[in-house]
Order: sequence, then structure tokens, then C-alpha cells
Amino acid sequence: MSASSTLIATDPSGGPSRSASRFLYRHPRVRLAGLLTAPLLWLVVLYLGSLLVMIVAAFWSTDSFTGTLIKEPTLDNFKTLLHDPVYRTVALRTLGIAVSVTVIDMVLAVPIAFMAAKVVRSRRVRYAIVIAVTMPLWAGYLVKGYAMQTMFINNGVIDWMLAPFGLKGPGLGLLATILSLAYLWLPYMVLPVYAGLERLPDSLLEASADLGAPAGHTFRAVVVPLLVPSLVAGSIFTFSLTLGDYIMVKIVGGTTQMWSNIIYDNVGVANNLPLAAAAAFFPIIVIVGYLLAVRRTGALENL
Amino acid sequence: MTLSRRTRWILGIISAGVLVFIYFPLVVVVINSFNASKVFSWPPTSWTLEWWQKAATNEGVRAALVTSLKAGLGATTIAILLGAMISFAVSRYRFFGRETISFVVILPIALPGIITGIALNSAFNTVLVPLGITFGLFTVILGHATFCIVVVFNNVLARLRRTGTNLEEAAMDLGAGPFQTFRDVTFPAVRSALVAGALLAFALSFDEIVVTTFTSGPGIETLPQWIFNNLFRPNQGPIINAVAAALLVAFILPVYLAMRMSDAPGAVTQVGAEP
Repeated sequence: MSASSTLIATDPSGGPSRSASRFLYRHPRVRLAGLLTAPLLWLVVLYLGSLLVMIVAAFWSTDSFTGTLIKEPTLDNFKTLLHDPVYRTVALRTLGIAVSVTVIDMVLAVPIAFMAAKVVRSRRVRYAIVIAVTMPLWAGYLVKGYAMQTMFINNGVIDWMLAPFGLKGPGLGLLATILSLAYLWLPYMVLPVYAGLERLPDSLLEASADLGAPAGHTFRAVVVPLLVPSLVAGSIFTFSLTLGDYIMVKIVGGTTQMWSNIIYDNVGVANNLPLAAAAAFFPIIVIVGYLLAVRRTGALENL
Repeated sequence: MTLSRRTRWILGIISAGVLVFIYFPLVVVVINSFNASKVFSWPPTSWTLEWWQKAATNEGVRAALVTSLKAGLGATTIAILLGAMISFAVSRYRFFGRETISFVVILPIALPGIITGIALNSAFNTVLVPLGITFGLFTVILGHATFCIVVVFNNVLARLRRTGTNLEEAAMDLGAGPFQTFRDVTFPAVRSALVAGALLAFALSFDEIVVTTFTSGPGIETLPQWIFNNLFRPNQGPIINAVAAALLVAFILPVYLAMRMSDAPGAVTQVGAEP
């Protein structure tokens, strides 16, 4: 569809739509501008502009009596977040939760993805497994949050299942938060791992077996190294989604706090937007740093 | 890979276990919605349809459902238009900053919702409120559309890349102008991808709570907000459970359809870069 190509439709009996058509055909830049203006206004002005306002707001402060914004640059918000030990504890806890969730999801995703991509022969069964894993992604965040609450709550389903063994479940709290978040984000890990395994040629596995490697050795020496970009791609989702979450911990976490609760509480209850905006820097820096660190593994092409 | 019978069995059992882990809690929610007990109790000892009836006639649920539908339709309409426009521009033209555009489209969903939420919140406060536009359904739609664009974009872009430009060039060589080519050739080729993208955008909007919290105003409550607010109120458990069970059924169908219409079963959830 380049302007230089071939004949131009020449129908002399053209009305206004015909001439508009001809004008557009001859001016691909006009067509491009027509396509891009509205979306770019939206994404650049509305969205990136909003992000910019938030970044600037992080350097403002609020009047502690009236709660009004003082729009003079200050680093006080960042000093508060860096020096108060409470914030440090919550930051470390949140990172710990994000790492645990990622590891749990990797451990659960690899076997089922391997089963679907390399063990099952029938295409139908293979697709059925992928759809079965993907479908709950759309079952509703709060519905799943509620489901997890019924599992973990005192005298809930887990307590009921463990009762015959004389045991009791962990109840609402940190462990329930980690398991619930792992439950929520599992499909985001399974999909890239499945795609990575599907791309992995069977001939490599056969060659390894022909050279005498047992299945376990082939898995460690051939499959896992080639799977790293997919695992990293999945971890981008599990990690950054966990860092940004504050709702699940309210539903299943008891009194546990995550970093995003600090952001939320400062926008809402405390009415301190500048501190919230400064707190938002932490997940942004961690996520962008993570993206930059993993860029050379080729994971970003696997998203 | 040649696997021993035993390894195959172990893999099969683990996979089955993972599927049970995924579906068991959801099945519990559906079963428990027929539990006659007024407070949470498991296992159920007697059964009733009372909670489904109460949920269906509850004023708050109904109002929240209407709000969610309006927000979803508004956001989806904007996302279809903008998402399709960018995907055409990116797949059919070369221009400065083309790679960056894909990145900007993905950003609203790659960054945590709370960041998009407070960014939009402070921007609306700074720009819209002085103009007399207050927080309400309109601002919710603006917020939702922003992160819904990416699913339409990804679906349509994948389709446009796959179909190529041969048919369009043939149509133009035969004398069709840009409008006619679009109507008779391009649009039919991308129609099902548009539908899949639209369904997913709607599902994404319908389920959203974080951006909603920061962009909605007084008197506006979407269905997820209703569930969340009532989770912490006494005596609402059974009704929430019935609403949750109804949502499970309502969600699974359109997503299943979207998966059937999309190019690959997993592609619809891959929010990242083009395949």
C-alpha cells in the first residue's frame, strides 16, 4: 500500500466520496495522521500526562492542618519513606511475597505446561488443557478473592479438609495471601511456559536421549536452559502484579499490609496524595529495573 | 522426549492436581451459593434457592450491574476504535517511533492498576475538576478505556500481520478506493479479531476494581466495588456468594466464545507484545 505502487483507480464519474478516496490514496501520510491522532492524544496526553502529573505530585506536600496541597518542590516524602522502619519492613515483606508467588507459580506451571506441550499427543486434549488453565483468568478477581476467603477462613474449607488428620489450616494471614496471589496469577505463568515448550523442537530432546541422557538429565540440561526466557516472561507478570496488589491482602491477609496498601491508604484515608505518589515510585522502580535486567534474556519478546 | 511410564503418570497426576487447585475453590463458591445457612458454614447441611432470589432482586446489585454494563460498553467502544486505529497504523505504515507506540499501549496494563489509578486520579483532579467535570461514570469510562485498548490492539495487530496486504493490493489494482477496500476486504478479514478483542476488553472492564476505585465518584458503584464493599459488612455473605456464582457462569461463556474466535487459544490473554 505504498503511494508509489501501480495504477491509481481512475473513475472520472466520481462523487465527493470518490474524490476523498482518491485524495486519501495519494496521501498516505494523511491516512496515517488520521489513524494515529486520536489514539496518541488519548495515550500520550491523557495517560502519559497523568503519569507525569503523578510524578510531579510526589515532590509536593500537604498542609497537615487543612490537608490542602502545597505545590512547592520538596524531598520530604522520599525521606519519610526511606527513614521510617515501618516502610522498610513492608517493602521487604512485599518483595518476599512477590518472590514466593513467582517461585510457586513456576513450580506449578512447568509440569502442566510440559504435559500439554510435549507429552499429550492429541491436539484437542492439548488445547483443552490450555483453555482449562486460561479460563479462570476471566472468572473475576473478586470472585476468586471470595473463593480464597472461603478456603482459608477460620472453619473454612481447608480447615474442614484437614480436620480428619487432626490438623488446622493456616487461617487468614501472610501464607493465605501468598497462596491466593499464586492462585490468581498462575495462568500468566503457564501460558508463556507452554508457548516456550511448544517452540522447543522435539529433535533436541530426541538427540539428547539418543546420546544416552535419561529423561531427568535431558530436562535439566536441555529443557530448563531453553525455557529461561519463558519463565522470566511469566515472572514479569507474577512479580509486577503482586507488587501492585492491595485488595487480595485485604480479603485474605488479616492484618497483613503490603506496599500498595500504603499507597492506597494515603490517597484515601490519610488524604496525602504526595506521599502516595512518592510511594508509587517503589513498584515502578522495581518493575522497570526488573524489565531492564531481563531484557537481554529475550524474555520481552516472549510476553 | 521418551518418558518412562512412571514419569508420565507422575506428570499426569501433578497436572490433574494443578487443575483441581484451579477449579476446586470456584466449585465451592457455586455449591455454597445453595447453602441454606445464614452465616458462613462448610460443608452445607441444607439447601435453598433463597440467596439467588435475593441477589436477583437486590437493589444494590441491580444498580451496580447497570453501572458496570454502562462502563464496560463505553470503555469497549472507545477501545475498539482506538485499538483498531493504532493496530492499522503499526502494521501498515512505517513511521518514526513505531516501536515505542506498542510500548505505550502496553504500559497502562503493565504498570500496577494502583499506579494507573492514582495517576488518572491526580490528573483528573488537576485538569477535569476545574473544568466542571466531576468524578463519575464518565471518568470511570476514561480510565477503563485506557487499559482496554491493548487487548483490541493485540488481537487486531496479530490478524493484520497474518493476513498481509496481498488481498488489499489486489482490490486496489482492480480499481477499489481505500474506503471500498476497507469495507469489502480489510474489515471482513479482521472482524472476528475485533469481536474477540471487544469481548475481552469488556471482560477486563467488567472485572476491574482498582482503577475504578480511583476514578469513580460518589453514587457510582460497579459490581466488583459492590462485592468488595459488602465483603466487610455483616450478614451479606450468602448474597455475595450467589452474586459470585452468577458472575462465574456469566464470565465463562463469553470468554469461551472469544477463545474459539481468536487465532490461538492462549493468545487472548497474552497482553504483551505481538507474537
